[in-house]
Amino acid sequence: MSKVNPGRKPALTPAAFLVRGLVAGLLAGLVAFGVAFALGEPHVDHAIGLEEAAAEHLTPEEVAAEEAAAAEPGMVEISRENQKSFGLLTGTAAVGTALGGLTALAAAAVVGRLGRLSARGSTLLVAGIGFVAVALVPFVKYPATPPAVGDPETISDRTAEYFALVLISVLAAIGAVVVGRRLLGRFDGVDAGLIAAGGFVAVVSAAGLLLPSVNEVGAFPADLLWQFRRSSILTLASLWATIAVILTVLVGRLHDAVTADAQRRALAAGL
Amino acid sequence: MAHPSVAPVSGPAIKVPAVEIPTIPLLQLGTWVVFYGLLAMLAIFFVSADQGAISLPAGNAVHEWVHDARHLLGYPCH
Ligand SMILES: [Zn+2]
Repeated sequence: MSKVNPGRKPALTPAAFLVRGLVAGLLAGLVAFGVAFALGEPHVDHAIGLEEAAAEHLTPEEVAAEEAAAAEPGMVEISRENQKSFGLLTGTAAVGTALGGLTALAAAAVVGRLGRLSARGSTLLVAGIGFVAVALVPFVKYPATPPAVGDPETISDRTAEYFALVLISVLAAIGAVVVGRRLLGRFDGVDAGLIAAGGFVAVVSAAGLLLPSVNEVGAFPADLLWQFRRSSILTLASLWATIAVILTVLVGRLHDAVTADAQRRALAAGL
Repeated sequence: MAHPSVAPVSGPAIKVPAVEIPTIPLLQLGTWVVFYGLLAMLAIFFVSADQGAISLPAGNAVHEWVHDARHLLGYPCH
């Protein structure tokens, strides 16, 4: 009696997770764009205003050097209107989609492997770990800087240090999940999770202490710096929260469909 | 001590329904992680670091276009 449809058997596959992650990530990029545009852009504009006011005090030689650099091939000028709308959207959508897919593949690796944690619980946990490891830890050591803050001479070092911390943080998070899983036999799930989280905090704290600090804020207004940084971490939080919620819903529904399908087949086989 | 003795609860063994969550073989997943991982890192590179620390292609068009996202997503910009 039951309609068995062998062509469309729902299955937990890497592709099924990835597609859901890309969808969740793209939506997260749109949400992050909205938050960044509404909360962050006023501060970016304010900081650029300060940058331009400071440029009025450049020496003629410095002005000539800037004009020569701007005249080199490949140099373009993009209007603020485009930067804060389509440019910002391109960036948040690209990063959101990329991170959504990576989160989904990480969820695909742990679903069914974290003790009695459900598919939904595992996915939510992975996205939460993603926010902490990829966004929060780097932000605490190397917080976002508005335009007009930062010495162009040190951009290579600062970029290398930032991504070194991201790499250490992500590896520490993966290590914590692997260790936490091994502790499941000896400890209760929450205890194992807390021990693993403690290990993660210890590793990233040590990395944060060993990596060089950046002190390039100078005379930039403290209020504006705080407001910009608050809008930046809220943008990142909105991105990850959207990935977490949408991916958890989509993976949860997929899991329900797979389970229902398996039960139907088992029932059909038993009759 | 006159505590009322509490008989140990010994009912029939509670049947815990087996919550079987299917898993994805890690070897099968690995291929996806490698290929998609490279693609994702390329996308993140263009938004987060291109024409800052490393330039591909030369110029500033990519940097200028994603400039505000680079600042607001917390990446070092300039
Ligand atoms: Zn910038």
